[in-house]
Amino acid sequence: MSEKTGTNITKAANGSPKPSSPNSDLKNEFAAFLNYAPAPESSEHIEIKDRYQHFIDGDFTEPVKNRYFKSINPATEAVLSEFAEGTSEDVDAAVKAARKAYDKQWSVLSGKERGKYIFRIARMIQERSRELAITETMDGGKPIRESRDVDVPLAAAYFFYYAGWADKLKYAFPGKTPVPVGVCGQIIPWNFPLLMLSWKIAPALAAGNTVVLKPAETTPLTALKFAEICRDAGLPKGVVNIVTGAGQTGAALVDHPDVDKIAFTGSTEVGKIIQKSLAGTSKKYSLELGGKGPNIVYDDAPVDQAVEGVINAIFFNQGHVCCAGSRLLVQEGIAEKLIEKLKARMDSLIVGDPLDKNTDIGAINSKMQFEKIEKYIEIGKNEGAEFYQSSSELPSNGFFCKPTIFTGVSQSNRIVQEEIFGPVLTIQTFRTPQEAIEKANNTPYGLASGVWTDKGSKIFETGKSVRSGVMWSNTYNKFDPTSPFGGYKESGIGREGGLHGLYPYVNLGH
Amino acid sequence: MSNPVYDFNEIIPIDSIGVKERVSRLNSRSIKKESKVAGLKLALSMIDHTTLEGKDSKGKVEQLCSKAKMPYSPMPDLPSVAAVCVYPSMIAIAKNALRGSSVKVASVATSFPSGMSKLSIKLEETRYAVEEGADEIDMVISRGEFLKGNFSYVFDEIAAVKEACGEAHLKVILETGELETLENVRKASDLAMHAGADFIKTSTGKVTPAATQPVTLVMLEAIRDFHSKTGRMIGMKPAGGIRKAKEALQYLVLVKETLGADWLTADYFRFGASSLTNDILLQIVKQKSGVYQSLNYFSND
Repeated sequence: MSEKTGTNITKAANGSPKPSSPNSDLKNEFAAFLNYAPAPESSEHIEIKDRYQHFIDGDFTEPVKNRYFKSINPATEAVLSEFAEGTSEDVDAAVKAARKAYDKQWSVLSGKERGKYIFRIARMIQERSRELAITETMDGGKPIRESRDVDVPLAAAYFFYYAGWADKLKYAFPGKTPVPVGVCGQIIPWNFPLLMLSWKIAPALAAGNTVVLKPAETTPLTALKFAEICRDAGLPKGVVNIVTGAGQTGAALVDHPDVDKIAFTGSTEVGKIIQKSLAGTSKKYSLELGGKGPNIVYDDAPVDQAVEGVINAIFFNQGHVCCAGSRLLVQEGIAEKLIEKLKARMDSLIVGDPLDKNTDIGAINSKMQFEKIEKYIEIGKNEGAEFYQSSSELPSNGFFCKPTIFTGVSQSNRIVQEEIFGPVLTIQTFRTPQEAIEKANNTPYGLASGVWTDKGSKIFETGKSVRSGVMWSNTYNKFDPTSPFGGYKESGIGREGGLHGLYPYVNLGH
Repeated sequence: MSNPVYDFNEIIPIDSIGVKERVSRLNSRSIKKESKVAGLKLALSMIDHTTLEGKDSKGKVEQLCSKAKMPYSPMPDLPSVAAVCVYPSMIAIAKNALRGSSVKVASVATSFPSGMSKLSIKLEETRYAVEEGADEIDMVISRGEFLKGNFSYVFDEIAAVKEACGEAHLKVILETGELETLENVRKASDLAMHAGADFIKTSTGKVTPAATQPVTLVMLEAIRDFHSKTGRMIGMKPAGGIRKAKEALQYLVLVKETLGADWLTADYFRFGASSLTNDILLQIVKQKSGVYQSLNYFSND
């Protein structure tokens, strides 16, 4: 095979002189295309009040102790709003309202009527989607592209989906008589505030329960806007109550004697505390906890798409994803090529203003989380792993972290074992499928995983052997209301989404 | 750098859903203000203004050339297009009409668009086009031989045409609409680049589908991998079906984010199109004046 070899990159590199470029004198004028001009989503028309109260019994209610927290925008560190700190008195008032609404209204309403309210809420989320997306981005730091294209549309979709079940519960559980559980206490995390709210509230309401929900202390605003939606939708008072606050508020909700069920999404650490305090009570509970998702790339995988999938698996929402593919397991033969492509792709990620429509990676949710990620990066370096960060420029204010990968790590490293919950990926290699599966399963977690191969049988073989609630093949981080989601081992108990997501919210009679 | 060896049997797996997803993600880039204006002008400067019809006349080609040199006379500072693309019998006319300008003349050859002829005739046609004064030759590959698995035939044919081109620049049309799968597109791209293509091009414009963004992305990735292996920069030309300025900007985003800024010049990226020019002009004028003009204000050629 004859082959001309280029030794340097010049205009004539192909061996024959190229026609000189027309318009070459205009080159400077085109420079403006090379860095995209800012394209910020305007937040001017978004009304965020200076102060938000609890939403109890259909009204915004002053907290009993009159104490407030501040919610800041992690991208600018500016204060966005104040919100009430819930005490056990506030929680008690909310649970009482929920109980009253359950007894008098919601549990006696027909499924069809309940469904109408939930459909209405779903439509109103769609109508206010722009506002909700911008608020979510300002409060939590996630890029507007994600809150606009993922969080808010999916939240609406979950309400639509469960609205449909409201009058069909007896078909969901053939031969059984599903009855609602009662008052549900729900505690949600800060990584997908509105979406997690929808995963919790939609099935609870559809099954005939009333709820007291506590959003996370760094991201309460969309839940409070959701409270406005409930009010505007004419939802009977007390069916949905929102009590804001931090860990103590959550504990008061978990410990309240008149709560029938606890649903929690958050860290494994807190999940264990909740499980302990619920032991010996008659409360039902479902927990969706941490993860350290293995993302397995075989040597016959479509490499360019796998690189994109790896990026999506770990850098989606700054890596604040419980099901993130934070452990990359790549077959030795393609490891070098894949890592080279991965690094190049990381360099093209735009880190910055979350409100800019071109931003790929936004701000770390809070100072505390930022420091935790920094700590883990230090640990990784000290453990001797090889470290690479993208060349992205960071804004001077706010909490931002460059996309980071660690290669040359071993299974015993803390950065491989522990959930970091940030844009930090560890990369290990393997030689045989068995080794990949062994490494994938060698973790206390079992929430989600990924597999990349061109061969269908390998997908099923791997999927069968890796113990995780979800396995994505040749893709990652795909969600759908019809699909159950949840973990094995220390990643949680119970499933959310789909038909399975109704189980935690009903008791089955005969 | 050692000679890159091309393995005719290598098949690079490509996941078409992943490719489409990447394209749609890139399409969500928001190109505003000065970036938009710069992008539109850049796109204009990359157009191979094309007429490839049996009824092409001297007059039509001359009009085309006039437009190529100065796309919109009320704004004489706008860049000219990169080239005009015509059939071999029209080269001399175009060459004459473009005298003194920087606009190149590209010609299709090798029994365009089907390529259903024997090699000696294709080479003869190529030499004729070069003698007539074509700066760039757009050849078609033998899709039948490719689909049969006769890869060495396709390779040798491209290499022979490249030789016949002499000083002229060779663009290799894969006719991706007939190759159908993205794996085939990738393979044909690799094959053409190793055989000596200066540019790889999606389509003749005579087959549907013509250029699509997923196909273009796969070809750009092939170019990127070829560059990282050999250090040689190959150009890319999507052709056919690109009519709107917005799509043109989307293509430029694909190039920028896959290959980087070095490829954002008419040396390494072209649009094969005819009606795209006017939509770009419409948008440029709109950016300047704030209002859309009637299409009646833009010449149709």
